[in-house]
Amino acid sequence: MGQILLQVEDLHTQFFTSRGVVRAVDGVSLHIDAGETLGVVGESGCGKTITALSVLRLVPEPGRITSGKILFRGRDVTKMDDDEIRDFRGNDVAMIFQDPMTSLNPVTKIGFQIEEAMTAHKRFSAGLAKGRVVELLKRVRVPAAETRVKDYPHQFSGGMRQRAMIAMGLANEPALLIADEPTTALDVTVQAQIIQLMKQLNRELGTAMMLITHNMALVASLCQRVVVMYAGRVVEEGPVEQIFDSPQHPYTWSLLRSVPRVDEARKDRLVSIRGLPPDLVNSPAGCKFHPRCPFVVDRCKVEEPPLAEVAPDQVARCWVLMRNARQEDVDAAKTSALSVEAAQTLKAQAKVGGVAGS
Amino acid sequence: MIPVLFFVILITFVLMHLAPGGPWDREGKQLTPQVINNLNIKYGLDKPLPQQFLTYIWGVVRFDFGDSLRSPGQHVSQRVLESWPYTFTLGAVTFLLLVPLGIGLGVVAALRQNSVADYAALGLATAAASTPNFVIGIFLIIFLALGMNRLTGGTFYLPTGGMPQPFNPFQVELIMPVITLGALPTAYIARLTRSSTLDTLRQDFVRTAWAKGLKARLVVMRHVLKNSLIPVVTALGPTFAFLVTGSFIVETLFSIPGIGRSFVASISGRDYTMILGTTILFAVLIAVVNLIVDVLYVFIDPRVRLSD
Amino acid sequence: MATAIGIVQQVDWDVPEQTGLWSDAWVRFRRNPLAVAGLAVIVVMIVLAIGARLPTNPGGLWHVLHLTGDPVQQEVTNTYALPSLQHPLGTDVLGRDQLSRILYGASISLTIGIVVQFLILIIGGVIGMVAGYFGGWIDNLLMRFTDIMYAFPDLLLVLVFVAAFGPSFWSIFIALGLVYWVGLARLVRGQVLSIKEKEYVEAAIMTGTSPFKLIVKHLVPNSLGPVIVTLTFGIPAAIFTEAALSFLGIGIRPPEPSWGVMIEDGYAGIFADPRQVIFPGIAVALTMLSFTFVGDGLRDALDPRMRR
Repeated sequence: MGQILLQVEDLHTQFFTSRGVVRAVDGVSLHIDAGETLGVVGESGCGKTITALSVLRLVPEPGRITSGKILFRGRDVTKMDDDEIRDFRGNDVAMIFQDPMTSLNPVTKIGFQIEEAMTAHKRFSAGLAKGRVVELLKRVRVPAAETRVKDYPHQFSGGMRQRAMIAMGLANEPALLIADEPTTALDVTVQAQIIQLMKQLNRELGTAMMLITHNMALVASLCQRVVVMYAGRVVEEGPVEQIFDSPQHPYTWSLLRSVPRVDEARKDRLVSIRGLPPDLVNSPAGCKFHPRCPFVVDRCKVEEPPLAEVAPDQVARCWVLMRNARQEDVDAAKTSALSVEAAQTLKAQAKVGGVAGS
Repeated sequence: MIPVLFFVILITFVLMHLAPGGPWDREGKQLTPQVINNLNIKYGLDKPLPQQFLTYIWGVVRFDFGDSLRSPGQHVSQRVLESWPYTFTLGAVTFLLLVPLGIGLGVVAALRQNSVADYAALGLATAAASTPNFVIGIFLIIFLALGMNRLTGGTFYLPTGGMPQPFNPFQVELIMPVITLGALPTAYIARLTRSSTLDTLRQDFVRTAWAKGLKARLVVMRHVLKNSLIPVVTALGPTFAFLVTGSFIVETLFSIPGIGRSFVASISGRDYTMILGTTILFAVLIAVVNLIVDVLYVFIDPRVRLSD
Repeated sequence: MATAIGIVQQVDWDVPEQTGLWSDAWVRFRRNPLAVAGLAVIVVMIVLAIGARLPTNPGGLWHVLHLTGDPVQQEVTNTYALPSLQHPLGTDVLGRDQLSRILYGASISLTIGIVVQFLILIIGGVIGMVAGYFGGWIDNLLMRFTDIMYAFPDLLLVLVFVAAFGPSFWSIFIALGLVYWVGLARLVRGQVLSIKEKEYVEAAIMTGTSPFKLIVKHLVPNSLGPVIVTLTFGIPAAIFTEAALSFLGIGIRPPEPSWGVMIEDGYAGIFADPRQVIFPGIAVALTMLSFTFVGDGLRDALDPRMRR
């Protein structure tokens, strides 16, 4: 695709709480090329938001980036001083957040909030900035933009607020836009519109995007590549179509199974991933996913698998991999929420009871 | 506002006249019943209560608050006019100092949460808020007047008596009264500002401001303070009311000839007309200030504006 | 100001514990050193105060045990004495033993401060419940009345009441009760309203049964926490008011040794011997501080949100 825009190398971001050290981002590496859209998926608490916040060095207390590199066009963000990082934020890389109602200053006019994004970096003079605000709002399809600039956030609808946030993010023509769950707080119909808008903007402006979401459908719509995270680590990565077609990590597979797909027959039931998200202070030994994995084998419980190439351009962190999983396990996982051990126990009981097991 | 005032007058009036004893009680030599009777007739106190009340209301409407019962020949309004400059100066200086100081302390404490400065500020605020202001005043007198006097052999000390010039905000005599009067409200405002600012700092839009690459000063002033000071503005009304009641004590303590001190004196002397007049004055003042604060609030918080 | 990087919002990672409210609250309270210290001081003070009034006046148990002197006996030859075995805190202007007066004053302050809360609870609780339960015009009327009382600064109203009934222990007691119920009434009303809106109450209303018992059954456990905190904070306010009034000469009258009276007495002779005001001053401040810390501790301990 071209030059690498953002390169995250073995990033570790930890939270030092009274209950212990929370390893929110535990050795994450990823990259985004210019103009590319990367999806970062995982359930709540897997570290995807903190990874994004780390890129902008906005990790809240009591968290800190403890090691690793974040290279933007070759410069290491973790080593920037205060002035450099201020220059960097909102300019080279911009971020838009999940809930536009709380993410906008309620007592300042929307137009002004977009304008200050520009004047802060002296990219445009005050006069030009004002005009550009209207342009930007028009570009994100906010109706009556000229009058709307004087409104306050509570006067905008949810969808319009998100559009305004997108306008604010794009104000300085950043090379990379990080979007954290941009549609989660919106109604379903509005979600579709925002997705459309983002597709359009990506085409028109060529801005690279890091799209953080737990919504696989969104990833399918917008992204070229996807990174799957679990318990602060990357567990799978690859081109979207390839991953959707043949996910290799059981977690990715489970995620995809829990989304209804129009192109599949109705016979396969939706499966929820059993168990709870892992405790990031005392995480399980071996593979972090093994307590919830339908295909777990003994090795998974002791040794953590490395990220290994499983197909061209695709890597996964698993000892078993979906293509090596036993068909009966896959069927079992498809049709019920039992783990493999429970199914084996049932089989054993059935044998003892004299009922012919198959 | 008017019904509130009416009830205030009514309640005060009723209470005054319910009370045992009257304005003519003197310690020591009692006046003869004859003299008391004459005085009552002269001041209309022999008439039935409802009539007295109506007469009074009628007077109030025409801004006539009657004569002071204890200081015959002096109108209530006269006495108020004589004493208000002192109270005004004391109150204004205190208010103008305490608001910025309180807000400043609160903001600094919030921005440096859990630091030494924060705990020190909080501790100071709690101590100031929990000590009665007259105790603070007395300790100030002991240290700054008596103590300094003894230490410096009579050359340097703060005077404790009165306020020689009514409208001069720079008098040395004002130092101790202002500290005494302003300690508690400053502490209260500082704590309020601190907690409000801490809450605001947690909000998402502050993170957005940082993400835009704004300078720290802009983030704090434009985004954090613009939001966190809103509850502080609403607290200004009660702060003003507190200054009013605080003036009773402070003026008495430091012998400042203001309205507060004369109010206290009229209470112990049962000077009904003075009590009523001063009470009305205070009630009106407080109501006006609260009204101003309400209007101000609409300006600073666009979410409460109804029309669009 | 912390660096540009440091100030972003806090993230609450701690998961709230799911245990019973009261034992849990006690554990949390215990973790607060200031609150525990305050509680200890209060307990000690209560013991001392009870001992100062029992078995009989004057001086109570402590006088019988020869730990202190007699609070009312004057020894005109022994004025302003320095601390000694007979008079551990010395004597005052009339030769009376300071320590026993302070302890006696403690009994007055604590009695007024704590007992008046019951009065406030009754008045405020009833009004709040009636307003919340009946709603409609009763609620409106009561709330307007509350607003009127609220518009007035507390001290002003108390002064007016005390002016009416004459300065004494009981008039202060009643005045405090009649003025400070407002906050509690609002609290109780709010609780009643929120319970009324719950489904089981609506169901009771619809089936025609009186929801009264249901509301009361749920009211007590829900509002006990906030009510206790409110009343605890009311204690130092009441103590302050009594002391202030006595100091101004319109509260408890000498020779009864309330702390305010002692401060007033001592103020007159402050240049001769500041000890007279220092001890009662510290006593009042310490008491108020202790109750404030306990109130803070209670509030944090009972706060179901567990915010740090």
